[in-house]
Amino acid sequence: MSDAISESRVDAAIDSVQPLVAIRSLSKYYTRGDQIIPVLLDIDLDVFPGDFVALMGPSGSGKSTLLNLIAGIDKPSSGELRIGGVDIVLLADVDLAAWRAANVGFIFQFYNLMPVLTAYQNIELPLMLTSLSRTERRERVEMALALVGLTDRQDHYPNELSGGQEQRVAIARALITDPLLIVADEPTGDLDRVTAAEILGLLDRLNRELGKTIIMVTHDPKAAEAAHRMIHLEKGVLVH
Amino acid sequence: MYVALLVLKNALRHKLRTILTVVGIVVAITAFGLLRTIVDAWYAGANASSSARLVTRNAVSLVFSMPLTYAQKIRQVPGVASVALANWFGGVYISERNFFPQFAISAPSYLEMYPEYMLSPEERKAFLTDRTGAIAGRKLAELYGWKIGDQIPLRGTIFPGTWTFTLRGIYDGADKGTDQSTFFFHWDYLNETIKKQFPRRGDQTGVFVVQLKDPQQAAEVSEAIDATFKNSLAETLTETEKAFQLGFVAMTEAILLAIQAVSFVVIVIIMAVMANTMAMTARERYGEYATLKALGFGNGFVALMIFGESLAIALVGGAAGIALTFPLARGFADAMGSLFPIFFVSEDTLLMQFAAAILIGVVAACIPAWKAARVRIVDGLRAVA
Ligand SMILES: Nc1ncnc2c1ncn2[C@@H]1O[C@H](COP(=O)(O)OP(=O)(O)OP(=O)(O)O)[C@@H](O)[C@H]1O
Ligand SMILES: [Mg+2]
Repeated sequence: MSDAISESRVDAAIDSVQPLVAIRSLSKYYTRGDQIIPVLLDIDLDVFPGDFVALMGPSGSGKSTLLNLIAGIDKPSSGELRIGGVDIVLLADVDLAAWRAANVGFIFQFYNLMPVLTAYQNIELPLMLTSLSRTERRERVEMALALVGLTDRQDHYPNELSGGQEQRVAIARALITDPLLIVADEPTGDLDRVTAAEILGLLDRLNRELGKTIIMVTHDPKAAEAAHRMIHLEKGVLVH
Repeated sequence: MYVALLVLKNALRHKLRTILTVVGIVVAITAFGLLRTIVDAWYAGANASSSARLVTRNAVSLVFSMPLTYAQKIRQVPGVASVALANWFGGVYISERNFFPQFAISAPSYLEMYPEYMLSPEERKAFLTDRTGAIAGRKLAELYGWKIGDQIPLRGTIFPGTWTFTLRGIYDGADKGTDQSTFFFHWDYLNETIKKQFPRRGDQTGVFVVQLKDPQQAAEVSEAIDATFKNSLAETLTETEKAFQLGFVAMTEAILLAIQAVSFVVIVIIMAVMANTMAMTARERYGEYATLKALGFGNGFVALMIFGESLAIALVGGAAGIALTFPLARGFADAMGSLFPIFFVSEDTLLMQFAAAILIGVVAACIPAWKAARVRIVDGLRAVA
């Protein structure tokens, strides 16, 4: 995919193209006893196909909560949340799980790899929910391994890999099902500058070369620079 | 296939914990099997008994005997095929420790009634033609290293003096349930010897064994026999051989119940231990379960992983426990000598051990699996940080 096309995708956000993520008056509260703790207040947000969005804000502002809602692993208290035209708020848990498997790639701050599986098996894991044959899975995993530059480490277990390598495995796992959307919660939060820059470079390639839409939560302004667009959250409210 | 891989690898993650749990299950399943086998052995005599045979004894107590003349009268009761005599001897072989049952029997008729005691024609003939001859079960003979022709002295307790018998035959059991630890000799020999010393004790016997023409008639024939001796000097009590044997077991019923209770308690305890292990294991992995769920795996998959791991551990322990029960039961039987003439691990016991292992695995996984399935993904993910 050429740069020209992905640039034009971003520009197209202005009118013709439908947003991939459409959020309307989304709120999230927690209740503790009779006390109501608002976490997200009346959020409106559109993310367009091919976007690379950095979600920033102080600790406790609700970044992870918003990202989790978009990724379909948490439920809002009210509001609408359409992704690829599907209002995921209305999906039953079972359907939501299937929807996530098909449409969302996850990247976590602490990688969240299965310690008992090798790099190869970790990357293959999401494909177990598809009907792909063993050979098809192998082709895909080998491509993903090559993309993140870990072909020679495929038989290593997570505890035999560095943090940066683990995160690369996680990235390969996130894109193995070719999802619409990749969500990353502080993907460089546990890495040093140099390694962080490598990971950000990789995300940038996913966005530019594969056209993946990425929403990334980060504290780090340097990391945010990799994105095309920055969104700020302050105490549960979006400040543009 | 992936579940199996995850289950296996997860089970081996904390090797020491898994090994200790497996050891616990092995001990519990083995103990369970052994205790049940002991209970079985206690009931074995009754289970091996034939429903085609009745036992007639003195209504007052087994300790009292009945006159020999009863045999003729019993034979005349409709439905009776044949009658044999048997008398408990209660002798001591070398030392009190060496307990085994000894009976004086009316040899040809008694042996015909008990085809499960298998004797070669030669040995049978040798026994029948030797007044002081005796036969012993294979296990008993092996226990004391007796060979055909050996002189076996028994010191009488009920009947005074030292009685020496010549071993003329060694019988085998028709099946595993047949008692092979009994010693038989001729009632005639006992009777004649006793008559010389204590004429009043002669021509008496402890029990009559009655062969029925039709096992269905056990109740009627029993009543008819007892009616025959109603209001006589020695009234009789006739019951099926099984009921007669169970009468012995009943005396120790409380002990048996206690043993059975302990065997179940052992299983319950290991269940609690195993449940604790699985709860601990699952709690450590909430982050992983949450990650799997985020990736789209269902609650069922997570539950399956936990059940799989729990069952795998329980079944490995169960299998080892079952395997270990056999040598242990043999060792126990040997140590007990002929106290339990029939001592083997039954199929029912094996099935119960297997069922117990599965139950342990399933029960232990229930709560952790339910909790892991219920945990919210976002809460589980927070556990990683
Ligand atoms: N289960 C919960 N119950 C009550 N309050 C919660 C719960 N989960 C999160 N919160 C609150 O929601 C707010 C937002 O949390 P969130 O994790 O989204 O913040 P964040 O912006 O990602 O912060 P950080 O940068 O530290 O990761 C916090 O004030 C937090 O205390
Ligand atoms: Mg956060």
